[in-house]
Amino acid sequence: MRRSPLDLVRARPEPPIEFSFDGEPVAALPGQSVAAALWQSGRLAWRRTRVGDRPRGAFCGMGACYDCLVELDGVPNVRACLAPARPGALVRTQQGDGHDELR
Amino acid sequence: MTNSAEPAGGYDLAVVGAGPAGLAAAATAAEHGLRVVLLDSAPRPGGQFYRQPAAELRAARPQALHHHWPAFQRLLGRVDAAAERVTSLGDHHVWSVTGESGAFTVRALTGPDQRQARSVTARQVLFATGAHERQLPFPGWTLPGVVGAGGAQAMLKAGLVLPGRRVVVAGSGPLLLAVASSLAAAGARVPLVAEAADYLGYAAGARVLAANPGKLVEGAQHGAVLLRHGVRLRPRTAVVAAHGSDRVEAVTLARLDAAWRPVPGTEWRVACDAVAVGHGLVPQLELPLELGCRTRRLPDGSAALVVDAAQRTTVPGVWAAGESTGIGGVQLAVAEGELAGRAVAGQTAAPRPLLRRRARLRAFADLMAARHAPGSGWTGWLDDATEVCRCEEVTVREVRSAVAELGAADQRTVKLLTRAGMGWCQARMCGPAVARLCGAPSADGPDVPGPDVAVAGQDDGAPTRPLSTPVPLGLLAECDTTAPSSEGAPR
Ligand SMILES: Cc1cc2nc3c(=O)[nH]c(=O)nc-3n(C[C@H](O)[C@H](O)[C@H](O)COP(=O)(O)OP(=O)(O)OC[C@H]3O[C@@H](n4cnc5c(N)ncnc54)[C@H](O)[C@@H]3O)c2cc1C
Ligand code: FES
Repeated sequence: MRRSPLDLVRARPEPPIEFSFDGEPVAALPGQSVAAALWQSGRLAWRRTRVGDRPRGAFCGMGACYDCLVELDGVPNVRACLAPARPGALVRTQQGDGHDELR
Repeated sequence: MTNSAEPAGGYDLAVVGAGPAGLAAAATAAEHGLRVVLLDSAPRPGGQFYRQPAAELRAARPQALHHHWPAFQRLLGRVDAAAERVTSLGDHHVWSVTGESGAFTVRALTGPDQRQARSVTARQVLFATGAHERQLPFPGWTLPGVVGAGGAQAMLKAGLVLPGRRVVVAGSGPLLLAVASSLAAAGARVPLVAEAADYLGYAAGARVLAANPGKLVEGAQHGAVLLRHGVRLRPRTAVVAAHGSDRVEAVTLARLDAAWRPVPGTEWRVACDAVAVGHGLVPQLELPLELGCRTRRLPDGSAALVVDAAQRTTVPGVWAAGESTGIGGVQLAVAEGELAGRAVAGQTAAPRPLLRRRARLRAFADLMAARHAPGSGWTGWLDDATEVCRCEEVTVREVRSAVAELGAADQRTVKLLTRAGMGWCQARMCGPAVARLCGAPSADGPDVPGPDVAVAGQDDGAPTRPLSTPVPLGLLAECDTTAPSSEGAPR
């Protein structure tokens, strides 16, 4: 088996928590961001762009690019790379500018 | 970490950024008796280099992802030892600094989703805000799975995750080697590192290299890791396209000439499920620009703060250390932080070994910046449909037609005509590329201005930005003074 990042730093994380992404359960290690948990689950995209309706996910990984915007517990435009994954959170793919229902 | 109340009359010094530079500055100033407040948007101190895994991940060996870990522990130890004089505010994103020497107001957003306001006052302010990655677009770079090299590193260090199993690392600069070796050590297959510059160019700086043996050791360590994991380093090579429909599945690589122009007929394809790409670092300057600090042009064409020997900027009471004054790595950041901390505390005589260390490391930084400066030919790998501005989805075709048909000659005009640079990231991602497409000089061009003539707000990838982060409108309305403007910045 290949080595994992957890092996490399000999992490013994606390038991995983779970949140929902577009209705599906996603496991996260406590302390991970929403983006990190989504990467870990094999998902790379959680936003559709406004003009071209193209999939996007994390790019800069440090809060600078705003490509990773997601809807978190009903609030749009949350940076998934900064937001900690919390148990029971409702995460949804962000469509366009996140305010589609207002238009 | 302390959280004591603000002293009457405010702090002596507010340090923005708790990376290596900010930590060194805060510790040093506090050791000399100043009351310091240290703010960072990240929950834990360390900055980009010493980004720590979240505590809950309980990593027994976080140092496996970092060189110089003991130096970091020493810095944290010094801040702890001076705890009664240092107030550390993690999870505080500073969006505005206003005022003048003797009375600065630092405004931050904090709390879940950064929607709570908090402000502190301080007599002097020091910017240690670091850098972000320079990105150059290529066809397919907006596909999920194409991520910043520094971004992949940051996600790995903080969250212990990888973007994929087979990751091509590409772009330019020494960070690529660090990223490739940590990705490989963490279990990713890295088929190759494509470096656009030519490493042989370093030979021209033999004297500078000889004076910085530590840097060579660092390079050799990365080299050894890469060798062990079978990672090939390909100089003068770039990813010229990424392919896939909903996520990246492969890349096309090509050889480059000395000006970074792709050489026709040299293309080949490599399968991968992620690409980590970056073309060096660009100083993060929004806040000091807002206060009117002057900048200079670095050897790679980007702007950095002008500082004097004591790390003082051109605005009284405002200091800077670390990558906001030029990209130079963690050791230089610490040396500058120490010097700044002493000077802010009124220590006029700096220790000579520290001054020599800074000079030596700066010479190395200049060599690196010159060697890895983007060549002018990279635009040769763009096609018309390539998105330049990721936020507003503006294509090369639109930017080129604004320049050719509508006569836009600078970034600001292109932005007004096409919306490129008008989105959430405020041109952090597209700035250098748009500047190049509207004809800004590149580092290998004949018309690079000398280091002192460039000023903020020019088309060098560092336009003045009014706010360093989008701020909920309600908060702007609540501010007692007028909303910050960029009027103080030189144009
Ligand atoms: C994404 C990225 C990854 C990197 N990875 C590596 C690596 O693996 N190896 C390596 O040798 N070098 C790496 N570097 C280079 C490394 O950043 C520098 O060598 C070193 O960290 C510079 O130290 P600094 O203190 O100047 O800045 P930084 O370490 O960047 O620290 C700046 C700090 O300021 C904070 N900050 C910025 N703006 C604000 C604001 N408005 N409000 C509040 N806080 C703010 C940031 O959160 C950050 O903590 C990386 C750089 C980047 C950008
Ligand atoms: S990945 Fe860039 S802001 Fe989150």
